Amino acid sequence: MPWNLNSDRPIFLQIVERIQMDIISGKYKPGDKLPSVRDLAAEAAVNPNTMQKAFSELERTGLVYSQRTTGRFITEDTTLIYELKTNLAKEKITEFIALMQQLGFSKEEILSLISDTMKGEAS
Amino acid sequence: MSALIECKDLTKSYGKKTAIDHISLSIEGGHIIGLLGPNGSGKTTLIKMLNGLLTPTSGSLYFQENPIGAESKKHISYLPDHNYLNMNQRVSDIIAFFKDFYEDFDENRAYDMLEKLQINPRDRLKSMSKGTKEKVQLILVMSRRADLYVLDEPIAGVDPAARDYILDVILSNYEPEASILISTHLIADIENILDEVIFIQNGTIRLTASVDDIRANEGKSVDALFREVFKC
Repeated sequence: MPWNLNSDRPIFLQIVERIQMDIISGKYKPGDKLPSVRDLAAEAAVNPNTMQKAFSELERTGLVYSQRTTGRFITEDTTLIYELKTNLAKEKITEFIALMQQLGFSKEEILSLISDTMKGEAS
Repeated sequence: MSALIECKDLTKSYGKKTAIDHISLSIEGGHIIGLLGPNGSGKTTLIKMLNGLLTPTSGSLYFQENPIGAESKKHISYLPDHNYLNMNQRVSDIIAFFKDFYEDFDENRAYDMLEKLQINPRDRLKSMSKGTKEKVQLILVMSRRADLYVLDEPIAGVDPAARDYILDVILSNYEPEASILISTHLIADIENILDEVIFIQNGTIRLTASVDDIRANEGKSVDALFREVFKC
């Protein structure tokens, strides 16, 4: 099943985001071994060089480290993963607030809408 | 690493018509390159010169630092844009023929792929649909352990579901050090597996760029850029 990649943004960035998401969501756990470049490229239906580029980017940010002979692993640094998670949350919340403000809601209204919705879910 | 293909001022004329007009380019190992251009832009002419089926009118063309010839054909696996196999033969006969013909042909790989695509090796080519014939040809070409695969319109006659599988076949069967040159109009379908694209128009190179650079700089897909550049 090829990954669902959209067509107007660089492919390697989308792969980076996808793997980050898999790390945050726990599909890949700290210390897990990542599939090989070629296997994952075949799964995603992308070029292996593009996958390699995505892996290099993940290594650069420290989320993934490579061991010369055995392969690539997810970082065991849980603070780093947590940081990534909160950053992503902040990003999404900022997007959401911008959208709500476009709809004409004030910050207070947004807050009460959120808490109402969450209460609704809880009941 | 030295280039796999190196051409300088390459020109091919058919009488008064110039099909390839002073093209210079080099192709490195380990890349998947899309050769994209409108009809009649010179894609197939260029490909035929790479495979020694046409001789250049002028300019130079080298494969691994040697001129195109018997030696280069041992290392280039070529999928032409038309069918050249004997329609009366069974797939298994053709596989035996290819094995005889090409030192680098891997029989097991061919049978593996046939099985995955549910093609019976005992079937004769003439009993197959157009798409299935194309699949068989692609399997034959990808079963060689070549340094360069040149695929002229590999997925044109194949249904969208099988296209995904064929791309998978291409991705999982080429040698890591090898390069693949794919000529096609179906850009959107293969865009994700390309490293680089070469836009060719009226026999000249309009643009060479990496897919991700195009997306990053233009904010659009290669397919969208192609439609814009070659707008009629």
